[in-house]
Amino acid sequence: MLRTEEMVLNVGPQHPSTHGVFRVIVTIDGETIVGVKPVIGYLHRGTEKLAEDLTYTQIIPYTDRMDYLSAMIGNYALVHAVETLMQLEIPERAEYLRIIAMELNRIASHLVWFGTYLLDLGAITPFLYAFREREKILQLFAELSGARLTYSYMRIGGVKWDIPDVGWIERAKTFIREFEQALKDFHDLVSGNEIVQARLKGVAAYDQETAIAYGLTGVNLRATGVRYDVRKAKPYSIYDRFHFDIPVRTDGDLWAKYELRMAEMEQSRRIVEQALESFPGDGAIIAKLPKLIRPPAGEVYTSVESPRGELGVYILSDGKPQPYRIHFRRPSFVNLQILPKLLLGENIANMVAIIGSIDIVLGEVDA
Amino acid sequence: MREWLMGPMTLTHVIGMALVAFILLNILLGLVTYAIYIQRKLLGWMQNRIGPKHVGPFGLLQTIADVLKLLVKESFIPNNVDKSLFLIAPVVAFAPAFIVFAVLPLSENIVFTHLDVGLLFYIGVAGLSSIGVIMGGWSSNNKWSLIGAMRAAAMMISYEIPLVLAALGVVMLAGSMNLYDIVTSQATSWHIIPQILGFVVFYIAALAELNRTPFDLTEAESELIAGYFVEYSGFRFAFFMLAEYVYLFAMGTLIALLYFGGWLPPHPALSFIPGVVWLAMKALFFTYLPFWFQATFPRVRIDQLMTFSWKVLMPLAILNIVLTSLIKYWGFAG
Repeated sequence: MLRTEEMVLNVGPQHPSTHGVFRVIVTIDGETIVGVKPVIGYLHRGTEKLAEDLTYTQIIPYTDRMDYLSAMIGNYALVHAVETLMQLEIPERAEYLRIIAMELNRIASHLVWFGTYLLDLGAITPFLYAFREREKILQLFAELSGARLTYSYMRIGGVKWDIPDVGWIERAKTFIREFEQALKDFHDLVSGNEIVQARLKGVAAYDQETAIAYGLTGVNLRATGVRYDVRKAKPYSIYDRFHFDIPVRTDGDLWAKYELRMAEMEQSRRIVEQALESFPGDGAIIAKLPKLIRPPAGEVYTSVESPRGELGVYILSDGKPQPYRIHFRRPSFVNLQILPKLLLGENIANMVAIIGSIDIVLGEVDA
Repeated sequence: MREWLMGPMTLTHVIGMALVAFILLNILLGLVTYAIYIQRKLLGWMQNRIGPKHVGPFGLLQTIADVLKLLVKESFIPNNVDKSLFLIAPVVAFAPAFIVFAVLPLSENIVFTHLDVGLLFYIGVAGLSSIGVIMGGWSSNNKWSLIGAMRAAAMMISYEIPLVLAALGVVMLAGSMNLYDIVTSQATSWHIIPQILGFVVFYIAALAELNRTPFDLTEAESELIAGYFVEYSGFRFAFFMLAEYVYLFAMGTLIALLYFGGWLPPHPALSFIPGVVWLAMKALFFTYLPFWFQATFPRVRIDQLMTFSWKVLMPLAILNIVLTSLIKYWGFAG
């Protein structure tokens, strides 16, 4: 018998498949992982502490930079918490714009996941197709908010910008029509592929109890059969007006998560389609508010469904224009905690597939 | 040509040979240069992109610019590498890629070596490249390249066997390992017809042998960053890449020779087109087919690859040998 030794392998923070500045120190025996030590914090900026010196409106750009793949939803999470604290009425047109922006952003975010995940698995083409579709969304967002990634589009009480012209709604409708075909193409190119299925099916499965014990939310939870989606469980904005389903799988493996994210894009597409159909012709886009927003003293916790899970915002206000304390429950950070458990006993190839399947955004993990 | 090659060794003869070798090398390099260009163009078209277009007309000089960049780059050797191995590894990986062309007849008249164990020679020499890969991976003093090198070793062992076993079917039909004789034995019908199973096994094993998608595990970018050549840059890196592309051509040519009648036209009526053109068409098709796969498939996992090799390809290759023996026995072909 040959004498063998374990080897400590440093994965990241510059590894191409850790999706940012995430680092895992793994101990490997051959290619089998026997020890895992995740290291995070390379992108820590102290958002929560910084926010204590900022007015509520000034915090909005910081939420862009947490989950930078779905900045619209990050914006909304913050303004939604402040609005709940102030018990504001939001104009209908603003709600519609928010829903359209958020769901388009969810599609864009899942598209980035789809492309990079397949890149992790070694397929290069889906990435380019996914980014072609995402580009269309970014174009719509650029017309709407002037930015392609960090939109800062939401304001307390509404949104910053109205649609640039009537044609925007038509262009969004065109995208939604095209996207239906694009999703079919993705399924044709990837989902039926034997190798993809062999790589994903039955890998890194966990059960419902584990998922709940780790506090997983979003796709990582729904893959185990829990039908929990904040949009349905604690409806916010005007989600109760639209018909959409919460797709659920029970296997808890990588394939279940893959299928779920693909299905969620379809559901988001449905929501946007309905919202565009019933988009109100006119109306205010922001509620009438004083220049300096002073929510009443008190505390509030609200959460929204981000593409990665439950994005919660806790605000403790002492009546000043700045929050006394603000906390973000970042789903990427919480979901990442299960990683060491999932990685043990897997090999290097599965490692990148598992990290990709959790779908983390490092800006949000480190905040 | 053979007479000339086998003629007495005089000084002019040696110089002539060196010249011919130099010209051939350059032809091959030119082919590789444009193979990379065509690969990038093809991939671009498949991926909704344009591909290279700015350097030269239609981007035709892009690869040349890239190669020039690699050549003038600082020749950097990281600290703590096994220096001698590190320096020699690209050459060891690269030289066999050219040596195998010696036994590949390119047409009825262009035969460099009339070697009776041509096929065996090809497979044996091609296997040497793995040693260069392992040397490079080992000497780099980098854990990622070590894993890449180990994968290369494991893959070489598991895929060489089905590759050889699949090729045996052709050898049995032709009754020779001489690639020239294998081609001439296909005058009536190509070996692909009785050897369709063998061809599929051979091609899959060849893809693994060439480290092409879906078996590009040794240089899996998303897993191993770049695999065995992580630490290589400049012209040493270019050598590794060159070896890889030259093998693509060699393997494409070998497949055309073994299964598709080499320089023989599909129908005698088409024999006015020179044999070398036929061979080039067939060989280039199988050279470029992997790029299509590259645009389509994800990568398999190392354990799946091993399972596939030993549990699927091996039995199929052996089955193919049995079937071929039966065909031979009842005299359906050959």
